[in-house]
Amino acid sequence: MLRLIGFAAVAAAFAIAIFGIVAAVVAVKRRDAGLMQSARAAVYTNFVLMSVSNLAMITALLTHDFSIDYVAQVGSRATPAYITVISLWSALEGSILFWGWVLSAYTAGAIWFARQRAGALGAYATATMLFVGGFFYLLLLGPASPWGLVSPVPLDGPGPNPLLQNHWLMGVHPPLLYLGYVGFTVPFGFAMGALLSGQLDDTWVRLSRKWTLAAWAFLSLAIVAGMWWSYDVLGWGGYWAWDPVENASFMPWLTATAFLHSVMVEERRGMLRAWNMSLVIATFLLTILGTTITRSGILSSVHAFAEGPIGLFFISFMAITLLGSLMLLAGRAGELRGEARLDRMASRETVFLFNNLILTAFTFTVLLGTLFPLVAEAARGVKVTVGAPYFNSMTIPLCVALLFLVGVGPALPWKGVEARELKSRFLVPVIGLLVATALALLAGVRGGWGLAAFGFAGFALVTNVREYVTATLARRRAAGSGFLGALTGVVRANPRRYGGFLAHIGLVLIAIGIAASSIFRLDREVTLRGGESVAIHDYVVRFDQLRAEQEPHKVVVYAQLTAFTADGKELGRMYPALNYYEMRGGEPITTPAVRSRLDEDLYINLLAFEQNGANATLHVIIEPLVAWIWIGTGVVAFGALISLVGGRGRRPAPIRVPSRPAQPGSRPRPVEVS
Amino acid sequence: MITGRRITAVLGGLALLGALGFLVKGNIGEGLVYYLTPAEVLAKGVDAEGQAIRLGGLVQPGSVVWKAEELDLRFVVADETGTIPVIAKSAPPQMFREGMGVVVEGRMVDGVFHSSSVIVKHSNEYQPPADGHTAPAEAYKTLMKNGQD
Repeated sequence: MLRLIGFAAVAAAFAIAIFGIVAAVVAVKRRDAGLMQSARAAVYTNFVLMSVSNLAMITALLTHDFSIDYVAQVGSRATPAYITVISLWSALEGSILFWGWVLSAYTAGAIWFARQRAGALGAYATATMLFVGGFFYLLLLGPASPWGLVSPVPLDGPGPNPLLQNHWLMGVHPPLLYLGYVGFTVPFGFAMGALLSGQLDDTWVRLSRKWTLAAWAFLSLAIVAGMWWSYDVLGWGGYWAWDPVENASFMPWLTATAFLHSVMVEERRGMLRAWNMSLVIATFLLTILGTTITRSGILSSVHAFAEGPIGLFFISFMAITLLGSLMLLAGRAGELRGEARLDRMASRETVFLFNNLILTAFTFTVLLGTLFPLVAEAARGVKVTVGAPYFNSMTIPLCVALLFLVGVGPALPWKGVEARELKSRFLVPVIGLLVATALALLAGVRGGWGLAAFGFAGFALVTNVREYVTATLARRRAAGSGFLGALTGVVRANPRRYGGFLAHIGLVLIAIGIAASSIFRLDREVTLRGGESVAIHDYVVRFDQLRAEQEPHKVVVYAQLTAFTADGKELGRMYPALNYYEMRGGEPITTPAVRSRLDEDLYINLLAFEQNGANATLHVIIEPLVAWIWIGTGVVAFGALISLVGGRGRRPAPIRVPSRPAQPGSRPRPVEVS
Repeated sequence: MITGRRITAVLGGLALLGALGFLVKGNIGEGLVYYLTPAEVLAKGVDAEGQAIRLGGLVQPGSVVWKAEELDLRFVVADETGTIPVIAKSAPPQMFREGMGVVVEGRMVDGVFHSSSVIVKHSNEYQPPADGHTAPAEAYKTLMKNGQD
């Protein structure tokens, strides 16, 4: 029954998507408002149908209906209910089903909010988003159908992949990732709407701005949740390995970040319009590429392609989308010519240009490193992977350059300043730069890139915090209110601007966390007998005993350790563990014990042990400032939230009238023309 | 006069050039890790020395020596035609057994493979436990009693 409901809902959604596409296009041709309403109804109906289909699958998982292919593949009677529900996205078919649901929700939301003001642009955007939706529904009906019938019906299943059921973050990271990935369909839809309808002003940008920002925030959170999961589950004490799956989520983030900045240049100056379209198209394609990489097995081998049609489906869809959107873009190139030009080098827009240049180069670097094994295998028949050394040596300079720009951009106004003004604007940040570099030197940083990273982090931190401080102080003087009241007032008056600066501050904190934890990481592997201790850095760790516990779906073997400071003060017990999932067999999943503090993490992983408990082999790792990566991400997300919902603020006014900045050192004030 | 469109073209071009220039400089080849079998490593001979390699094969029965106190693991990886001795300064993975498929990552030094990581090869797909495999609950019974204090 559930099988039938779930399948029928997707089939209906596919048919309705096709109808909606036709209805939307014909509605434009015939100027038929009624037909357009039908197209929108198709969008809303699809959301209902996909909700039904997903709920049917969740019900099937919870009721252990092993006659359904997907449930037989990832379900198990012993798995706890929470893990069972999140099994929805633990394998290919379920994750495509969930993707379809999220996409239908985004499409419904975007079309609902745009219904009053979009016209032909909205109609074509509807058709585009339904086209993307239709592709995923087609996958669900054919190569990625979760609804296959299993006969005879098994009594029990293996449960989801142990790696996915071993940590609560697996209930958080994938949905965030889908909310991020799928969200970029909305700006893509509106961009295509603009190209198809010829309405090339900034309407499409305004209609999609908040959706893009929300998708970006979700993707940022998803990437870091993935890092945190890697840190907390994989047991190697790291959080980023330049694995193709990680790169897949990082590339659209890079292009989307570039877009969030360059779109401001379009709004203010009417420049970079074709470029912005290209970034939106690239971001969308990279999300599809990301799914292809993670879901088709293509990178483990080119030949994985032959194992299932899913890879071919994705590649064809990418090719159609790429060619179609590029042809549209080329066709409108003449109309997308920019209005304004750069006035001075030292201006906000120049910084945004460099920001885009670096982020694009960054994307190319990661893309080449990720896809190189494919090229090598196809061209030379050798199986290779591109190791972390390539990515590190390539991207560290780019990261440092980005930190520098984060510190320069907010200090420069639109349209730029005269050279003589630069000194007053950059005196304080440069002091920050020098202080941070000196501190890093004192802490023992010696490498050039390391010093540059900390130095520019200090520089960027000072610039962005100063924006808050000066504006708040000025407001307090003017309004006579308290500091907190003034601060809220400042943010409310321009949530987009101050949300952005807050995101910068979060990013700098993340950068500091990454730099410190990679430069100052200490680690040691050691085998201890009961009662023996190991000393590392400021800690002494004693191995007390080994224990095991039987849980419904796994056996947990853990070492009981006691951590002390170097002078013998007890810090507490730690329990690194190995989890054996009996239904799945195979390697146990590690649960490292992490004592996380603001200054440093003590991270202990159980590597091996004697079966009789006589000894345990431990990997003890010290990583400073790791916690700031997670904290910084919270700050980034809060900044994005402020930009999204922090009140109406004022719309950034386009600058068309040539004007000089009023007084040296005064806040830039765009000339209001509309 | 710099128009928006020209900026677009210039930006795109510069980014591409920059990335390519970077590639040449960073030399992607330095970061490459090759997947090889023991026979392929032997065929390469001296050329294999120093190159980052992922070596895949079976753990030769009777070849495993693990000294827990010194964190010293030695074994031989074999395929149909070749064998390579491996030294790893790390604990063996929990499922590490003789005769099992492994992937070791590291470099050849004077005919010996120095490994930085040993991964037991198993597919992501569900496999029922093989014959002779002791269920974890059985294997760690003593440890569970241990926990009853």
